[in-house]
Amino acid sequence: MTNPAIQFEKISRHFGDVKAVDEVDLEIRDGEFFSMLGPSGSGKTTCLRMIAGFDRPTSGRILLYGQDVSDLPPFQRDVNTVFQDYALFPHMTIEGNIGYGLMIKKVPVSERKRQVDEMLDLVQLPGFHWRKPSQLSGGQRQRVALARALINHPKVLLLDEPLGALDLKLRQQMQVELKAIQKKVGITFIFVTHDQEEALTMSDRIAVFRDGKIEQIGTPAEIYERPATTFVAGFVGTSNLISGETAKRITGDARMFSVRPEKIHLATANEKIPAEMYSADGVVREVIYLGLYTRYMVELDGGETLVVIEQNLKSTSMDVLKAKDQPTRLLWSKDHINHLGA
Amino acid sequence: MLTRISTYFYRRPNLSLALLLGLPLLYMFVVYLGSLFALLLNSFYYLEEFTGLVVREFTLRTYVTVFSPTNLGIFGRTAGMAAAVTIADALIAFPLAYYIAKFASRRARTWLYIAVTVPLWSSYLVRVYSWKLILAKEGILSWFINLFHMNFLLDWLLSLPEIGGSSLSLSPIGMFIAFCYIWLPYMIVPIQTALERVPKSLIEASGDLGASASQTFRKVILPLAYPGVIAGSIFTFSLTLGDFIVPQSLGNSRFFIGQAVYSHQGTSGNIPLAAALTMGPVVIMIIYLLLARKTGAFDAL
Amino acid sequence: MPSKYSAEKASLGLRLGALGTLLFLYVPILIIFLYAFTTDEKTFSFPLPGLTTKWFGVALGRADLWSALTLSLQIALIATASALILGTLAAAAVYRSNFFGKDAISLLLILPIALPGIVTGIALRSAIGSLDIPFSYWTIVIGHATFCIVVVYNNVLARFRRMQGSQVEASMDLGANSFQTFRYVVLPNIATALLAGGMLAFALSFDEVIVTTFTAGQQTTLPIWIFSQLTRPRDRPVTNVVAMFVILITFLPIFFAQKISAEASDTEGDK
Repeated sequence: MTNPAIQFEKISRHFGDVKAVDEVDLEIRDGEFFSMLGPSGSGKTTCLRMIAGFDRPTSGRILLYGQDVSDLPPFQRDVNTVFQDYALFPHMTIEGNIGYGLMIKKVPVSERKRQVDEMLDLVQLPGFHWRKPSQLSGGQRQRVALARALINHPKVLLLDEPLGALDLKLRQQMQVELKAIQKKVGITFIFVTHDQEEALTMSDRIAVFRDGKIEQIGTPAEIYERPATTFVAGFVGTSNLISGETAKRITGDARMFSVRPEKIHLATANEKIPAEMYSADGVVREVIYLGLYTRYMVELDGGETLVVIEQNLKSTSMDVLKAKDQPTRLLWSKDHINHLGA
Repeated sequence: MLTRISTYFYRRPNLSLALLLGLPLLYMFVVYLGSLFALLLNSFYYLEEFTGLVVREFTLRTYVTVFSPTNLGIFGRTAGMAAAVTIADALIAFPLAYYIAKFASRRARTWLYIAVTVPLWSSYLVRVYSWKLILAKEGILSWFINLFHMNFLLDWLLSLPEIGGSSLSLSPIGMFIAFCYIWLPYMIVPIQTALERVPKSLIEASGDLGASASQTFRKVILPLAYPGVIAGSIFTFSLTLGDFIVPQSLGNSRFFIGQAVYSHQGTSGNIPLAAALTMGPVVIMIIYLLLARKTGAFDAL
Repeated sequence: MPSKYSAEKASLGLRLGALGTLLFLYVPILIIFLYAFTTDEKTFSFPLPGLTTKWFGVALGRADLWSALTLSLQIALIATASALILGTLAAAAVYRSNFFGKDAISLLLILPIALPGIVTGIALRSAIGSLDIPFSYWTIVIGHATFCIVVVYNNVLARFRRMQGSQVEASMDLGANSFQTFRYVVLPNIATALLAGGMLAFALSFDEVIVTTFTAGQQTTLPIWIFSQLTRPRDRPVTNVVAMFVILITFLPIFFAQKISAEASDTEGDK
């Protein structure tokens, strides 16, 4: 069995009194697309910077394919980074930028040229050799940054919120492309983002960070369907959290559980309750028509408000708005609730 | 090899920092601060008049000399000149600064800015020299005055006590003109900077509220330019206080501070007195800076 | 942006005032150029009695001028070189790290141009006197370097702060060690700032007279030569020629330095 690509052994990073990263253990497998997801200040970027070598852990060890790299400077690690602001060299051409790593390694010019061509093809920018970074659009700079890192065939590629500066359409396109490139080159990608949708779309596995610790590691489906904590349930997608009396009334168990808004069916007030379903009665307080789907805020008889999302398969905005202030019965499958630890 | 050295220093950021800072700091501490300390120290020594040698023992007697009527007169004269130059420069600087900040096109603004800053940085001495040419008795200014038959006015000015003299190039009036000229760029730049910060919306708002152009100017633009004027005045005031080239070239026997310092250290070798006299401008400037800070002038620097 | 104001016209009075101030700044300089060609040897009479270029030849033949010029150039070059090294080191340190006393260091570096020159001058003179250091070429260089460092420091620090993003980290990430990163990434980024700072420092040093007076002893730099002519004029026509020469040799570097800085901040604005 091969060593894991990256292994954190009780890694901490303190800035004065602030514990940016607090005793994190982590294993990232060879060849996987791994995302670090969390709000800003949760420690995900610090973890990335420690893998790259820009920051050194206060304590603990980082292993790269079994080799302890905790003490190595960035220029001695076989890891490359795609920066959030791309960090292209403005005084160099695109060819100079992409070939930079090879130039440092003293790869002969002809060989360097061949590899730069290859990379420009890979990121779909053929013929861009002589342009300057300032002449490129945001999306194109993004691709150059990617090519500049990949040309060195690093063991691990780090991506620090690389899509943050792009507009929505371009971002979605790049998500697909990044995933395709990763499949093609077979390198371990570590992707830092605060955008849960991005993480769910691209990752093989996701680590959710909060306050310098990892809350949960799992596949996108696990994270989404079975969030381990209330934080994960709330941060990744929208969740309805129900606990105490109301929970007991619905499931016969006072433990807190979560249920996703799209799993809930909005039924008429007296609809029959199938045996495999839970139910709750309430009144629709708010109807927000969003084109593709409609979001309802339903106030339960117990006082809680649940969010319900229904796709507008047949309904129009006129239809859905009629539901406002009407009594309703909510139904959802017993399989779709998820009991939470905390 | 170089990579190994790099690695060594990368692991020791504090050592790298110390290496970067070490040389410049050592220089500034030893040479500059050391000299300032020597200056302070020397001001507490005194010159033995009979031997003409500096006696290196602590005494306040040099400072007693500083407060002699002659020297107090010098301080007063210099401070008066500095104040007059500062006020005049503020008036001369304003139109150009206002024009650059608010009316010039982007291109013109760059060029005008360069036109103002080039003399700020260069040819100080030669620019003083130009006034020797202009103000000379037989020079260009006299020729113009003659042309317009204004000689009586010039003669009357030169006959005034305190500011008059044998000719423009040997009188406080001539010095005043030269000082205004030399330090003018130091006043233009901060006023321009302050005015550039006045948002357009503020001027428009004033117009919308029914203020006339001159009311807007007086009630909105002038108060906002004020920090810039104060910032500029720090330069014009301080530079005039310490200068000895202009008084030496265009003045008469009535000394200014810089000139006194210059002559004491030179001919008589009385460094203690020169040092103690220098404390005058230093103290005046510290007070001035403390007062200026309250007006928010430092933001306009 | 203030440039939008160009749509409005400045009033005639303001335009005349601005023009007047501008003329006040530049006419005296033109007058120096004019006097370099006068035939009048004894006075500064105007209108010029006649025009001649013979004083340029006379000035070229003067050994005292040549030695003063050589001394001034040597000092300016050495002071500029030291300022480039020390100023860049200090700027790099202040830019890349946060440390205790960072603001104090900026203040310390700016002090020599913030205080009147005479303070620096007499301070150095006191130190030289107290330590019985003989006046030399080096006492002048040391004095000049104190105020040249800050112009290099300011220019380079401003450029560091304008440097886009994480270029240094990117370079190291791609395998370049600190020396390679400096050579291939940092140096190209700050090159024009070094050029601008260096030219400013050179011009400042070349015509500096106040501090020099206190640190030169019996040596004569070009500005000291001119200053002696200011107080006791002996060679009026030659002085006129020298004055014109000094203007040219200091105006040009400053002009280019300012232009470089203006262009650097312009490209910044375009981004």
